[in-house]
Amino acid sequence: MLERIYKAQLLCDTACKTLGRQINIMEVCGTHTVSIFRNGIRSTLPKKLKLLSGPGCPVCVTDTGYIDTVLQLAGRDDCLIATYGDMIRVPGKGGSLETKQPSDNIRIVLSSEDALQLARDNPQKTVVFVAVGFETTAPATAVAVKEAAAGAVDNFCILSGHKLVVPAMRALLAEKNHNIDAFLCPGHVSVIIGYGAFAGIVERFGRPCVVAGFEPMQIIEGLAEICRQLAEGIAELKSIYTAVVTEQGNTTAQEIIDECFEPADGYWRGLGRIEKSTLKLKDKFSQFDALKRFDITETPGEDVSGCRCGEVLCGLIEPPECELFGESCTPQAPVGPCMVSSEGACAAWFKYGRKRKRA
Amino acid sequence: MKTEKHDKILLAHGGGGQLSDELIRHTIQPKLKNDILAELGDSANLNLTSNSVCFTTDSYVVKPLFFNGGDIGKLAVCGTVNDLAVAGAKPIALSLALIIETGFKFELLEKILDGISRAAKENDVNIVTGDTKTVEAGAVDKIFINTAGIGERLAGVDLGFDKIAVGDKIIISGTIGDHGMTIISQREGLKFQSQLKSDCAGLAKLTCQLLQNNSGVKFMRDPTRGGLAATLNEISRATGLSIEINEAKIPVNPAVQAVADMLGFDVLNIANEGKFAAVVSPESADNCLNICKNNRLGKQAGIIGEIIETCDVPVVEIKTRIGGRRIVQMPYGSQLPRIC
Repeated sequence: MLERIYKAQLLCDTACKTLGRQINIMEVCGTHTVSIFRNGIRSTLPKKLKLLSGPGCPVCVTDTGYIDTVLQLAGRDDCLIATYGDMIRVPGKGGSLETKQPSDNIRIVLSSEDALQLARDNPQKTVVFVAVGFETTAPATAVAVKEAAAGAVDNFCILSGHKLVVPAMRALLAEKNHNIDAFLCPGHVSVIIGYGAFAGIVERFGRPCVVAGFEPMQIIEGLAEICRQLAEGIAELKSIYTAVVTEQGNTTAQEIIDECFEPADGYWRGLGRIEKSTLKLKDKFSQFDALKRFDITETPGEDVSGCRCGEVLCGLIEPPECELFGESCTPQAPVGPCMVSSEGACAAWFKYGRKRKRA
Repeated sequence: MKTEKHDKILLAHGGGGQLSDELIRHTIQPKLKNDILAELGDSANLNLTSNSVCFTTDSYVVKPLFFNGGDIGKLAVCGTVNDLAVAGAKPIALSLALIIETGFKFELLEKILDGISRAAKENDVNIVTGDTKTVEAGAVDKIFINTAGIGERLAGVDLGFDKIAVGDKIIISGTIGDHGMTIISQREGLKFQSQLKSDCAGLAKLTCQLLQNNSGVKFMRDPTRGGLAATLNEISRATGLSIEINEAKIPVNPAVQAVADMLGFDVLNIANEGKFAAVVSPESADNCLNICKNNRLGKQAGIIGEIIETCDVPVVEIKTRIGGRRIVQMPYGSQLPRIC
């Protein structure tokens, strides 16, 4: 293992020397962010190699407008809200699901299937599933919607907050001020969409894209592969997560997504409106769309004053550069979404990255 | 006899009248037989040989009540025994207070009392006094238990943060995270099969053995809630010294690690109920480790790190398997399962 680490470190060193400047690599996935911290990977890299934590945590990129819609539905007596645990602390304009009172119509579920079961068990209420996540969780939501349709579970619907990774990466690179040299592409999402999905980014923007798994060696060797390309002045698409990621991905899961959802323009916290970056239910499933069922128009939320999660997600600043970080914004009392999820960049920094203070 | 008339707890079972008396005489007392309890006095009379006494209390509210490797009863005995053990004491006697909701099945209560009885025997400790209260259904979640314990400090033993010095070694008595991950994986809603087993066990025999055969032990603590991370941070804060631990040396059951990874937990933050962390002098470390390894409960013990000088502020730092370093923070409350 040590030999592989040395070899990887050498490639990183060479790239830093060849380019003669700071290299910025963005890890898009929240699980990568956590693994990088937990394994102390930054401390093994050359100082000029900087890792930026990107918009790869579905909780963190959820717009405040979406949270406010969830809260609005949670205020109805005829609704039960079924949500993943991470979402209950995400603050919107009107508080969070955790602080909402009374809270007896909010249930934490671990899957879309649990939400559907909740609907079966509570026929007198309408269960609204807070459906967030990237292409990894979207197929499970789609399956639940299909099951609800087939089994005539009429009191089930979803509030889709599902998002697509590639449009967000494109949006970041289309920004004038971005400083991203390459992407360490997400492992879980790639299992579904296939590494071929990143080909367009490599071609159009000339940025290396390397898919890696979550073990520390995978991450280090993924970074080394990116550095090799940067040193040679080339940009290629590559997956080193060969155990589970193929070029085409999981076509069955993709078909289920396509059957139920269609891409739509949507809002991302910190990134704003991104074209065709979210998933909305197709018309044939509109009876399961909470927005249509309750005739709600989602409006974009305003970012919380002083919170710089947007800049963190774009890789423009590191969490400690935000004035709220570790002061008024902590995992116990998060102000911004990046502090809420265990995979959020700010929470990971807070947990693993705080350094000893210098006098 | 109550068992013929009632198979569930009624409010009257805690009312101080006939049903209370029957519950105590026919259900509780036979399970916990000992001479002092048999007196059923308002207080237990204890004859202690030492005037250096340790006294502790803890309440138990675990959910589910029965889990792989133990139950709330066993936990209530072992937890309090361990609090005495890591203070350098030999446990002598425990109290037992039960708060039970109406409708709770006698069958389950008897199972819990069996767990208490077995754990007490295994740890050579008597339940010498107790109390039972019943409350309306829903006022407690099935049953809550409180135990308090008295122990005699072993002669010549003097443990404390103030004894800890740079160079001291840190020993953990076995794998970490087993209890917490077992409970979490058995909680309602997590529908996956796992082979996990709680480490719930009383450590007093092992700690007494260690303290009687080695004078180099300076401090001990059982890393329960907050896990090893919380214990090490407490040591660091209290002493003003830093700690360096080596990830590769920390014993972790691979199944525990797998479930923790899947749910997004850090095993360093997960509760243990049958482990202690000890700070020992460098020259005594190997001997301490051998004593642990020769005991059934310490077979997987390891020297995981040491006390080091503080540069700026005291920190706990871990050297990762790949040679990286990171700070181990004090855990900050409950972790939420991740969603993707």
